[in-house]
Amino acid sequence: MKRIALLGMPNTGKSTLFNRMTGSAARVGNWPGITVELLTGKILLGGDMVEIIDLPGIYDLHGFSEDEQVVRHFLHDNVPDLALIVLNATQIERQLSLLLQLKQLNLNMVVLLNMADESRKFGITIDTAKMAEALGIPIFLLSAKYGTGYHEALQATTKALRYTTPGMAEQLRDQLRPDEEIEHEMARVLHHSVQVPSRLPDNLTDQLDRLMLHPWLGLPIFFGIMYLLFQAIFFFGQPLQTGVNDLFGWLRESAMVPLLSGLPAAVQGLLLDGIYNGVATVAAFVPLIVLFFLFMAIVEDTGYLSRAAFLMDALMAKMGLDGRSFVMLLMGFGCNVPALMGTRVMRSRSLRLLTLLVIPFSLCSARLQVFVFITAALFSPKAAPLVLFSLYLFSFATAILTALLFKRYLPNSEPFVLELPPYRFPTLRQMVLRGWHEVYHFIHRASKFIVAGVVLVWLLTHLPPSAAPASADTLSGMIGTWLQPLFHPLGISPELTIALIFGFVAKEIVIGSLAVIYGLGGQALSNSLALQLDWVQAYSFMLFTLIYTPCLSAIATLRNESKSTGFMLSVVAWSLVLAWTVSFVFYQGARMLGY
Amino acid sequence: MKTSLSSLQPGETATIVAIHTEDPLHQRLLAMGFRIGKQIELIRRARFSGPLQVRIGTTDILLRKNEAEKITVRHSGAEKTMVRKT
Repeated sequence: MKRIALLGMPNTGKSTLFNRMTGSAARVGNWPGITVELLTGKILLGGDMVEIIDLPGIYDLHGFSEDEQVVRHFLHDNVPDLALIVLNATQIERQLSLLLQLKQLNLNMVVLLNMADESRKFGITIDTAKMAEALGIPIFLLSAKYGTGYHEALQATTKALRYTTPGMAEQLRDQLRPDEEIEHEMARVLHHSVQVPSRLPDNLTDQLDRLMLHPWLGLPIFFGIMYLLFQAIFFFGQPLQTGVNDLFGWLRESAMVPLLSGLPAAVQGLLLDGIYNGVATVAAFVPLIVLFFLFMAIVEDTGYLSRAAFLMDALMAKMGLDGRSFVMLLMGFGCNVPALMGTRVMRSRSLRLLTLLVIPFSLCSARLQVFVFITAALFSPKAAPLVLFSLYLFSFATAILTALLFKRYLPNSEPFVLELPPYRFPTLRQMVLRGWHEVYHFIHRASKFIVAGVVLVWLLTHLPPSAAPASADTLSGMIGTWLQPLFHPLGISPELTIALIFGFVAKEIVIGSLAVIYGLGGQALSNSLALQLDWVQAYSFMLFTLIYTPCLSAIATLRNESKSTGFMLSVVAWSLVLAWTVSFVFYQGARMLGY
Repeated sequence: MKTSLSSLQPGETATIVAIHTEDPLHQRLLAMGFRIGKQIELIRRARFSGPLQVRIGTTDILLRKNEAEKITVRHSGAEKTMVRKT
């Protein structure tokens, strides 16, 4: 099968083009370094199946960071039949340098000048015919986001694929001509074909940035936006979650119960009170999660992440981190796993390890589900969003504390140089894709972890058969009681302890297992929790849930990214110690104050 | 007048005359458009001696003061400072 590789600088829209070509839902965003690994997809092109490979962006072929290494290794081991070189048309003046370096590798290539919509707005004119002639490579202007020019580009791609790549350099680096020659060549190509206005018109980005990056207002605006976003998620998401929950409850009574009535009681119990209740309670969060990721997609696509890096870099520097670490913490709000992988753009190992160490404290969407459920059950509708926001503040505080404590063991002098892209807005299509992608991801996790988790919890709470379900005589009761010396000082009951043990695998299971342990789903579970816990216990439980490691996948990713089991174990150990200490101080402190 | 990029005021434009950084960073800066002879404008500085936002052609870049100090620029005097805004 023939192979087409997408190559170009970071944030030029390779993944957007990849999604358009293959119909995939690869993550895209207005941030250099969203794609950090190789993605593949197959399409039918000119009558043949062709493999499309989306690669992380590279600035040049001298790259040293881990995402750039992926590209070097790929090019070294697999010569693509065709390379689609994706350049940002607006920045053609500088991005041409990468094209000229790649040209020396003797690859069969087609050049795509992407974001043609933006370059037109900037008043940049590019004569693709003249440029193609000067370079001896076919060149097309297109917008991968809106699809203009895509058809022609695809035709040219099909045509170019008929010829094979002449050859490939054995040693990429040795072949590269000195930089001065490239500079001459750049000037020659650009001279007749590209015209850039000497001063860019004062555009929307500049106007917005005067406010968003204002010396005094910038940070308050940032926190204001965050606060409003979380309020909105709670405000819209929580009723949605309750609604879906009621729907599942109705479905259970009207369909599941009659359907399963012929089965033995124990099997019925496992299916209904175990799997159905557990999974349904978790599945009720799907709309909230989709909503959350729509917001995330908007934040990521607008380019505000780079602004956050600008605003926070000075503060992050005091913690031995940089603006990019802060952006990874923000990305971690969605899911810690891609955020951990996003650290590949960092070259210094110390900086990368320190960032890996703090990301797990980022309050991810799975933990958000637990907190939405518990805050809605235990706090008044007015107080609940504030309680939720306070947990986000705790999330930052634990990350900051951790960085401050460990920075001296991981000192770094990594330079901080980052592109600031213009503001952009995702298309509806991109937002729908992202939402769908999260649903898919959720179903994938549900089928793997959540079902297995709730079944196990059900067994633990119902075995041995002689014991009353979920009583102290069951296996779960025994484990919970045995761990009480550790958890009693935190106000965490044996039942909640079991939920925490399973939450180690994935936080979605926490709510699922509570449903199983209490034998109740949805609203009934909320009511029961409100009766059994006071707010101090609930908050202590939430603090522990927030801090004591994200999930098994995140731990595996920590191991992969750091390539050190010792580091992974230290992160887990530190999180457990910190979680216990914070919950202890909170619980005992609140009790001492008389709450 | 030769000076370092970090000493420019917001709104000032200058010409890059030398880049004194070590190799990995040097390559990265070249790829981002830092080339000798190019015009560079300081757009703004972050609070608490945070990063600088500079513009070369159509690309905006954030970099720390440390890195900016390693870039020598020649700035053409007062005529460009009229766009200064705070």
